[in-house]
Amino acid sequence: MKKLFLTLGSSLLVFVLLVLAGCGGSSSSTSSGGTTPTSTGSKLNIVFLPKAINNPYFDTAAKGAMQAATALNGSFKQVGPSTASASDQVTWINNLTAQHVSAIVVSANDPNALAPALKQAMSQGIKVVSYDSDVAPDARQLFINQANSEDIGRIEVQILGKQLNYTGQIAILSAASTATNQNAWIGFMKDELSKPQYKNMQLVKIVYGNDDDQTSFNDTLSLMQAYPNLKGIISPTTVGIAAAARAIESVNKGGKVALTGLGTPNQLRKYVEDGTVQQFALWDPGKLGELAYYAAAALIQGKITGQPGQTFSAGTLGTYKIGANAVVLLGPPTVFDKTNISQFNF
Amino acid sequence: MKHIWKFVSAWPWETLLVVLLLLTIVLGNALSPYFLTPFNFSLMVEDFVEKALMALPMTFIIIAGEIDLSVASVLGLASVLVGVTWHAGMPLWLVIGIALVVGVAAGLLNGALVTRLGLPSLVVTLGTLALFRGLAFVILGDQAVSDFPGAFTNFGIGDVPGTLIPWSFVLFVLLALLFMVTLHWSWIGRQIYATGLNKEAARFAGIGVRRLKLLLFILSGLIAALAGIIFTARISSARADNAIGFELEVITVVLLGGVNIFGGRGTLVGVILSLFVIGALRNALGLADVSGDVQNIVVGTLLVLSVLGPNIVQRIQVVLSRRRLAAESSKQA
Repeated sequence: MKKLFLTLGSSLLVFVLLVLAGCGGSSSSTSSGGTTPTSTGSKLNIVFLPKAINNPYFDTAAKGAMQAATALNGSFKQVGPSTASASDQVTWINNLTAQHVSAIVVSANDPNALAPALKQAMSQGIKVVSYDSDVAPDARQLFINQANSEDIGRIEVQILGKQLNYTGQIAILSAASTATNQNAWIGFMKDELSKPQYKNMQLVKIVYGNDDDQTSFNDTLSLMQAYPNLKGIISPTTVGIAAAARAIESVNKGGKVALTGLGTPNQLRKYVEDGTVQQFALWDPGKLGELAYYAAAALIQGKITGQPGQTFSAGTLGTYKIGANAVVLLGPPTVFDKTNISQFNF
Repeated sequence: MKHIWKFVSAWPWETLLVVLLLLTIVLGNALSPYFLTPFNFSLMVEDFVEKALMALPMTFIIIAGEIDLSVASVLGLASVLVGVTWHAGMPLWLVIGIALVVGVAAGLLNGALVTRLGLPSLVVTLGTLALFRGLAFVILGDQAVSDFPGAFTNFGIGDVPGTLIPWSFVLFVLLALLFMVTLHWSWIGRQIYATGLNKEAARFAGIGVRRLKLLLFILSGLIAALAGIIFTARISSARADNAIGFELEVITVVLLGGVNIFGGRGTLVGVILSLFVIGALRNALGLADVSGDVQNIVVGTLLVLSVLGPNIVQRIQVVLSRRRLAAESSKQA
């Protein structure tokens, strides 16, 4: 009798494993182009490892990278953890190292936690490029920086200043009070505000919505109650700006309280069309992904080694120069408004 | 052939796991040409060793009829303490010592609440799961400490010189042997089984059930802290969110290893086989670029089947033996 059950049991397991094998075939990775060697003879097997998969921001970057892959006749795929976790990323880096891919392009959840695994990958001859969020400098050959903090901080104040005719009370709705990026940007915002043309604009309050939709929404409402003369809000976080737009609309202050900051076209399209938000800024993640792919390809083909001062061509994006600390800057942020928002989908 | 059959009927679950492991290896080899390379094995072991370590005391605890959900949080707390004390300039031996002592204290708290106050371990450790993780976040926030010396991080990712065997794996093998001898060839092991099978009977047989369970929880805390030190060394980063959710994978491994969730049954051989099955399966799927979500579905399905399988077999056996008895009695009549 036992024999029977064992046979039954093991055949069930064989079945399960076959199903699993089926799952493996339809994995979530996407590839474009073939793995055919390029003109220089090096294989471009470039893998993107974002902070987490199924994220529209990184998916847009992946689309840009795919364009570059098609242009260079290389292969592209994107893998990664389902939640933004540093140790899960380590596992993925190890997997990719075992596969001997030619380059890993990574957006780090923790700059240092990924370093040992990335160094191991580099010791196996794999090229490492970071994009969006950097890793420790000795654990990658290049960092593709989407925009520098100074540009981002200043442009948001400039947009709002123009809209308000350089007069009135303004407030900032940030993410967590400890967020490194936001704090750096706010620093440059304050510096921009100290210039003479902003002498009639006062920054009355900085509130922290912790990148939580509900908190940011309530914070915006309390700001408008506490400062009835408030003329403008800057929210340098995609979560904050969307919540603030909703809050402003909910009390019918659209057009009376100007709103700008960092957001994505898809989440703010409605508010740009109805005038709650006139202009906002962000880098184009598609271009970021495209540039990162070109940079990785140039490393694999030996056109660059990551030394500051070297230049490489990035197709239609132009030619880029490697700066100090092996950082490549994508360029100034893109400003979105009614006239151009329809061209973007992310 | 006869010997094999004898083994199979004596160890049906373990046999099944061996088959499963072989199938996983075949699957992995089919999915990726890099699966059966020593380098990949080394990476796989590195990736799974903390879960493997925590599965050892978890096996004891579940066989004794309890559960410890707080292990991953103890790991996280130990990791944070390693970071904070190192950052404060303490010597490495003291850093490691403090983390281990706190692991013991965490286990002592769990054990005392379960054995002295008679609370169910599921509830107690669910509470301390949140408590220890919360403490870790209070201490370090969203910061990370990562300026560890090479000697420390080398233990996390380094191999025994001249081989591709990670140091952490050597430690696991030694501990696994120690745990196996304790469970299967010592009076402590027999007490653990007796406690899990029938707590009252064990007490009447003169076993200090409460003291035994207290010791098991302390052991679990200690090993979880050790895993925390290794984890911190491996990713050279002390973070409050290290190893979130690992407890579920550890429990999955133990249950798939054939340990009965209600206690009293299971072997460490099964658990170790199960470790390799899940470790190899995840690694194979990862090499085939299968996303983490799909991997979780696979492992989850395996767990449900592992609980369901023996149950169904048992029920069919009961039905069949009833029929046979009925047939025999009707023959007699």
